[in-house]
Amino acid sequence: MLGSGILKGLAVTAKNFAGSYYDPARMVTVEYPEKRIPIPENYRNFPFLVSENAEDPMGTLRCVACQICEKECPPQCIYIEKSKDKKPDATGKLQLFPAVFDIDTSVCMSCQICVEVCPFDAIKMDQVYEIAATDRFNDLLLDREQLAKSNSYFHQIHPTEASEVDARLAAERKAAEEKAKAAAAAKAAVAKPAIPTAPAPAPAPKPAAASNAEAPKPPPPVA
Amino acid sequence: MSAAFLVSLAASANAWMSGRAFPARTLVAPDADRFLERAPLAARDWVVGFFPVSLHWLVHSLISIVAVLAVFGLFFAFLTIIERKLLGRIQNRLGPNRTGPFGLLQPFADAVKALTKEDIVPAAADKLLHFLAPVIVVAFGLMGFAVLPFGRDIIPVELDAAVLYFFAASSATELAIFMAGWSSRNKYSLLAAMRALAQLISYELPLLLSIVPVVMLASTLSTSEIVRAQGGWTLGILPHWNVLTPWGAAGFLIFVVAALAESNRSPFDLPEAESELIAGHLTEYSGFKYALFFMAEYFGMTALCGLGVTLFLGGWQAPCAFLEFIPSYVWFGAKLFGLILGLIWIRGTLLRLRIDQLTRLAWKFLVPLALINLANAAFWSLTAGLPWPGQIARWIVSMALVAVPFVTIGRTLSAGLAPRTYKYA
Repeated sequence: MLGSGILKGLAVTAKNFAGSYYDPARMVTVEYPEKRIPIPENYRNFPFLVSENAEDPMGTLRCVACQICEKECPPQCIYIEKSKDKKPDATGKLQLFPAVFDIDTSVCMSCQICVEVCPFDAIKMDQVYEIAATDRFNDLLLDREQLAKSNSYFHQIHPTEASEVDARLAAERKAAEEKAKAAAAAKAAVAKPAIPTAPAPAPAPKPAAASNAEAPKPPPPVA
Repeated sequence: MSAAFLVSLAASANAWMSGRAFPARTLVAPDADRFLERAPLAARDWVVGFFPVSLHWLVHSLISIVAVLAVFGLFFAFLTIIERKLLGRIQNRLGPNRTGPFGLLQPFADAVKALTKEDIVPAAADKLLHFLAPVIVVAFGLMGFAVLPFGRDIIPVELDAAVLYFFAASSATELAIFMAGWSSRNKYSLLAAMRALAQLISYELPLLLSIVPVVMLASTLSTSEIVRAQGGWTLGILPHWNVLTPWGAAGFLIFVVAALAESNRSPFDLPEAESELIAGHLTEYSGFKYALFFMAEYFGMTALCGLGVTLFLGGWQAPCAFLEFIPSYVWFGAKLFGLILGLIWIRGTLLRLRIDQLTRLAWKFLVPLALINLANAAFWSLTAGLPWPGQIARWIVSMALVAVPFVTIGRTLSAGLAPRTYKYA
């Protein structure tokens, strides 16, 4: 009959109205500042620089100022100045570090390309979303102090990715140590004119591909 | 039997012709003089007493105006938040709850925002009309309140042609909407203005036809007389409201549908169709002028609901005899509020109609029903004096006169249109 659809519709809205009072599962909104929906692990927004130690973030940045991300960044929001001196990186090798590392978050589009091109696992995606600022120029241009966040924070926001990175870095560090040991042994062998032995064990295959499950648990970040 | 019927028919016809179908009820309710019942009038008379006699008429009117503005201004303010809360709950949201306890201060925050916003007048606009439109829309929106009996003897202006005056005033708001749409010099606004007029010619006819039976049976255009005619109870619990008769119920439904269209509310918010016309005639308005339009919309809706309560729901009359101790204006307010809640419920449920659908609904469905309802009311009035077996037949015939046209016209109109099948859905 004419009008029965209207009555059905009114019944539906009445049910919603009453249900919203006793059935919290119906509510589609979350009262945001007080309550938050947990962020999915794969959520990403704006890059940050990983430092090994929260106590000394500037001294333990993984970034070696290779400037690949600066060149690859599609909107050109990264600005890097290399340092004059060197210091040991995550694998113990002496490397440059960024004297200046700026990201203009008003330009950044969170595309993650900087993360994908970084060979040092030094830049990763953050999960910040409360980034409102009152000054559109100074507050949105983040320098390296603001960008540096510790590895433990990285573990917090992206646990899977962080453990995988830690395992890889540990394997690299181990390989580097073995290589150094082998080199030292070879040097010693060369210095001692003796029967030429077999060459030093071939350098370990690039462990980047090693998604090995048997990799040792990552050691705590070097202090 | 049939002779008795004919005689009584003739008698009641005679009574109706002579305007005595509803004998004036001179019964004074036993508690009509109670303090709470008299309080508003006593307060008014007390204030008027401070002024010289020559100024009494002026002070009297000014107090009425101030009271209407204050009461319905506040009512409007809180109606906005009640509506938003209700719509929120209907959509399983919480609604505004940030400003003050339960968000109760939200209307005041909205008012401050509207007052401090920049008032923009388009360069190409007709400046005078653009300024006048919001003023006129509020003025006409408020004029309707003048003839509503808010309680026993509480009526700002006692007019003999109150119903006529009410519709003359309230349909003039459509003129202001056209002014707003025309003067904005904006295509969307102009479309809205044209829609408003198309809507006007659609709903005005059923709106007026739906209230003619009430006027006919009460034999008066005075709102306070119409309310008084609905007084009294059968067995002390069944009120003699118009809505509780078959023709009254049908008239009330037609009235509500037409009133929804008159107050430009969903599902008939065609002039202001946000999803089609940005904001229609309000597109070029901001700040306080926008707030005035908003206010006028709510005033218009409140006044129309007040008229609906007056004509069909017994006005300030209590629903049962033993509930008469509650002051009459409380009853009026409660009925008004209930009716408005119903409109909000409808707004939260139905979709907007197209303009041709509205015209079709109004002219092909509501107008014939309203005309048949007119005949039904005449039948009802002529058969008022029947003895009780005749009364049962009277109810059955009258109900059939409502239901049969509803079903047949509905079937005929929706033949080939409903239920809709969706080929690719």
